[in-house]
Amino acid sequence: MSKISIIIQREYLTRVKKKSFIIMTLLAPVFMAAMFIVPVWIMTRDDAEEKVIAVVEDETNMFKDVISNTKYLKFEYLEDATLDDLKTNFSDKGYYAVLYISPKVAYIPNAVQLISHKQPPLDLTIYIANALEKEIEQKKLETYDIKDLDKILKAVSTNIHVQTIKISDDGTEKETSTGLSMGIAYIGGLLIYILTFIFGAQVMRGVIEEKTSRVVEVIISSVRPFQLMMGKILGIGLVGLTQFVLWIIITAIIITSAQSLLLPDDVGQTSQAITENIMSAAPVEQIQVPVTQTQDFNEIQQVFNSLHSINWGLILGSFLFYFLGGYFLYASLFAAVGSAVDNETDTQQFMVPITIPLILGLFVAMGAFQNPESSVAFWCSFIPLTSPIVMMARLPFGVPYWELILSMTILVLTFLCTTWLAAKIYRTGILMYGKKTTYKELWKWLRYKN
Amino acid sequence: MKLLEARDIVKQFSNHLALNKVNLAVNEGSIYGLLGPNGAGKTTLIRIINQITAPDNGEIFFNNHKLKANDVFDIGYLPEERGLYRKMKVGEQAIYFAQLKGLSRSDAISRLKDWFEKFEIQAWWDKKVEELSKGMQQKVQFITTVIHEPKLLIFDEPFSGFDPINANIIKQEILKLKKKGATIIFSTHNMESVEELCTHITLINESVSLLEGPMDTIRKNYSLDEYEIGFRGDVNLLKATLTTQYKIIENEQRNGDNFVRVRILNDISTNHLLNTMLSSGNIISFREIIPSMNDIFIKVVEEASKKSKEHSFTN
Repeated sequence: MSKISIIIQREYLTRVKKKSFIIMTLLAPVFMAAMFIVPVWIMTRDDAEEKVIAVVEDETNMFKDVISNTKYLKFEYLEDATLDDLKTNFSDKGYYAVLYISPKVAYIPNAVQLISHKQPPLDLTIYIANALEKEIEQKKLETYDIKDLDKILKAVSTNIHVQTIKISDDGTEKETSTGLSMGIAYIGGLLIYILTFIFGAQVMRGVIEEKTSRVVEVIISSVRPFQLMMGKILGIGLVGLTQFVLWIIITAIIITSAQSLLLPDDVGQTSQAITENIMSAAPVEQIQVPVTQTQDFNEIQQVFNSLHSINWGLILGSFLFYFLGGYFLYASLFAAVGSAVDNETDTQQFMVPITIPLILGLFVAMGAFQNPESSVAFWCSFIPLTSPIVMMARLPFGVPYWELILSMTILVLTFLCTTWLAAKIYRTGILMYGKKTTYKELWKWLRYKN
Repeated sequence: MKLLEARDIVKQFSNHLALNKVNLAVNEGSIYGLLGPNGAGKTTLIRIINQITAPDNGEIFFNNHKLKANDVFDIGYLPEERGLYRKMKVGEQAIYFAQLKGLSRSDAISRLKDWFEKFEIQAWWDKKVEELSKGMQQKVQFITTVIHEPKLLIFDEPFSGFDPINANIIKQEILKLKKKGATIIFSTHNMESVEELCTHITLINESVSLLEGPMDTIRKNYSLDEYEIGFRGDVNLLKATLTTQYKIIENEQRNGDNFVRVRILNDISTNHLLNTMLSSGNIISFREIIPSMNDIFIKVVEEASKKSKEHSFTN
């Protein structure tokens, strides 16, 4: 076995066997799954409880049976009761709330009151308001005495959904969804940012650990410093990949099993879509549209159409490429920083020039969700220090192949270059103890031969 | 036969010259002492031999060929700045180091088991390094240094951090390795710890090699021609008899006996000295005062610094 693979093996195994790795690997998907499941769960749980609402009016009986019942909402119209009576004892009579409609409702919007002991859910009030609005509008229209009003209303009722279609240069049309693209861009860019940071910092900590425990000189009497550095970077990179893949798998498992436990059957279909979407790292917002049940089946169909329009192979392949490229680039810089200091508290002065482009990349990526063709986003997707994050954010909106290839080439060339430079700093730095390193010192190390 | 040869090694750091044309010739099967004060350049020279850094000038020959990358498998190095991964288990870690030195995993395990048995430390195998005491860690470190049975073993300050008992165990193991054919280089500023072991030495001071050769020859060259004689009798009488050709350096009384340190000034045999003394009392002991490496070291360094001062005056 070659030395570098022995080093990779150690770096990988010691980290993967750590309790903190196992806990992180298991807990993160639980949180991620909770983010998807809890809203759905809350929604279904609230609906499951049947609510009976008493409806009272003063004098007129204008709104009798205007508000129709739903599966979980029953409206009982009480003709004889007065509000004052009911206010005191409605819960004893088994009512969840009292809806009071004043006769002035046609002119004063505040003339409707819902009285309950608990804060009523938002969709209940919206439901009531919609029903009443519709009725009042209808009544108002009727006062104009228009012939065949019903027919006219039916005829003018329209429902608009803007369908976005992209035409590529060769003329093929694709149905797209801006929301979906934004979601993918957001997740892709953010994940690269987070993973690069977490695992780059792990490389740095590993180098510092070897230096402070003085184990480094023992090792480099057996292997080249470059092998040790690359072994560490590759080993930790593999840890990152492992964790990422496990996260996706575990999240999918949790959601699939939670779905069968929590959701009633009629929601099953949409939740099926949720899991499928998560498996393919699709956005959250997009999925919640069909969950509200009242939506058209067409819209679910549309999401699926857009899902198919995304070039998943390209997105996932590029994600992998940019994750590895960005990670290698930053990890080698982190390794150089780690070698130059004696302990973690001394790293700050060298960390600034590394973290600023990373954070900048994230900001530009945030802008790119809104406008993927802006010139800042365009240029930052070529500058190698920001390109992994920014290009991932642009990619779902469609990027010409030449741009992608150019950006990737620049990234590869740069990380070869930084790795070479970092190795020069590294092999001098790891043997320097007790001296506070300055930038001037680093420059000197770069120029040492061998 | 020479196992290791360094020729005219020069190493320049940004603000000082670490090694200035240093030569080294280590015979196969010898124990070689690389002596010198802190900062003399010993560690730099050793790092060059271990190919951790490269010299600016000069060449290293190992086993009759120019030093090449694969030679690290034939060298075992215990650096002065040494340590182990604190969070890693002892056995796992020892296997890792052995693998880096070219052993297969199964080979490494079987050899390590032998060593752990020898040191009676099998119980440590699954312990984390941070649970061991400093001395225990040093033992593990020693094993990882010699596990691949290299031709050349280099120990930088080997006995620092060991208590006397463990230092002795390690010393015995090193001698056993030498018997098996290993060549050993000790690098230290603490001459006493190695002087009884070394057969050859090189003395480095301020990046220059000052003194080089077999221990016996060096000792002889720096012999003071001084002897300590213990006797029962009158000191003043003795002083009267030892006149022109001898010089009494000092005398002291221990348990009623007199001990006199005498230097022979001319080329006179020790028997003559004894003959002269026979009349002045009852001789109970006689021994040559052998200069310690420490004494020689201090003397050589002082001479060198005097010379360099004169040199700078004449310039």
